[in-house]
Amino acid sequence: MRIFDPHIHMTSRTTDDYRRMAAAGVRAVVEPAFWLGQPRTNPGSFADYFDSLLGWEPYRAGLFGVRHHATIALNPKEANDPRCRPVLDLLPRYLDKDGVVAVGEIGYDSMTPEEDDAFARQLALAVEHDLPALVHTPHRDKARGTRRTLEVVAESGIAPERVLVDHLNELTVGPVQEAGCWMGFSIYPETKMSPPRMVEILRRHGLERMLVNSAADWGHSDPLLTVETARAMLEAGFDADDVDRVLWRNPVEFYRQSGRLDLSDLPEAAPEFEGSSIRRGGG
Amino acid sequence: MTDDQALLAALGQDWVAAARAEIAERPAAIGRYFAAAGRRAGRAPLAGAPGWQSDEAARALLLAALPSAGRAGVLATLYAEGTAAEKLAVLRALPLLDAGAGEAVPLLRDAIRTNDARLLLAALGPCARHLDQPAWRQAVLKCVFTGAPLAGVHGLDERADAELAAMLAGLAEERAAAGRTVPADAAALLDRLTPRKEG
Repeated sequence: MRIFDPHIHMTSRTTDDYRRMAAAGVRAVVEPAFWLGQPRTNPGSFADYFDSLLGWEPYRAGLFGVRHHATIALNPKEANDPRCRPVLDLLPRYLDKDGVVAVGEIGYDSMTPEEDDAFARQLALAVEHDLPALVHTPHRDKARGTRRTLEVVAESGIAPERVLVDHLNELTVGPVQEAGCWMGFSIYPETKMSPPRMVEILRRHGLERMLVNSAADWGHSDPLLTVETARAMLEAGFDADDVDRVLWRNPVEFYRQSGRLDLSDLPEAAPEFEGSSIRRGGG
Repeated sequence: MTDDQALLAALGQDWVAAARAEIAERPAAIGRYFAAAGRRAGRAPLAGAPGWQSDEAARALLLAALPSAGRAGVLATLYAEGTAAEKLAVLRALPLLDAGAGEAVPLLRDAIRTNDARLLLAALGPCARHLDQPAWRQAVLKCVFTGAPLAGVHGLDERADAELAAMLAGLAEERAAAGRTVPADAAALLDRLTPRKEG
């Protein structure tokens, strides 16, 4: 079984998680830029964070044979902080870089005018840099937030098949499917979506444009819930090819639209890490 | 043929020559070419230029097209704002650019401070001659500590000294106390550095 987790915040996970993920079949991940728990107060903090998503994290992932890519954006929550707004001016140079496979996460948190502006401007950046967009849907007031999201996407002029609308559930999947966008589901231990519910959604809505992710971060989450969902699919009667489609080929197809997805074998030239600080602790 | 013309011929990608002409006229143009070089040039080893892979060669050639006036500032910015692959390309390009100490040392010191063994090794190429001896010894010791192969250190035996031997011996003792060993290449270096009694 090969797994591509299209949405996981590895920055907040340990190196041991990379090892467990690799052992369970995770071969590729996309890490969207998002908030970090503690609010940031200046654009420099974002620059260091974006650099880490394009430097340290791919390196850490590579030690375990996992391909790591990123999406870059000013997230909706911090778009409301005037101290963070200048991050929008930093984005063009990041959106040119190899390894950046979409603009994201963008979208709504509390549906404020500031979020409207940041969302529209970043969809325009996606078009300008020829990148797909990864769109977060709000945790509160989700149904209305999702409808409004689809209206803004339609107004922006970006092609719907270049947009992934994420964190969907039984109530919000329908309109996104009708709009022609890709549908993302974050499988969580308790909230958002569970493997059995996910399987039922796949039964009802089919496998086309469906993406399953763990969205694992610093919260109560589990980077192996993609694997768990794959098992639940098999137990429910889906076959191995169905699992491969949802958990590998679909995310490859979506992010390949960036022209920057690199799934070639990792170079063997990377030094042997027997004694390294991150594999053994210390130093 | 100059070094960069030979590398350009080995790479054989027309867009690089066109981009170089533009950069020579307008240095600020390098930013977008430099960022996109990996996906445009690919990442395969170059048959005609041992030791280079195509993305690094493309980036090095873009850097080599910069006018010498103001080059140090552009290099520093591209390095500071670079992804890991971009930083690596700047470091690997330093010998081709014949970079002086003023250009090279701040970048080498940054690379040695990271925990990315690829950057660490790239900082220990021919341009490491600009590093003072204490900084160079610490970098070599960090290679041993992280298991980065010492074969990647340029001019290792010429520069290794008694002080480095003492540091290696200390690490070997500490490892032995923990029931561990140092990598074979470090043990061999320590052996070469240890004077033997005659007879």
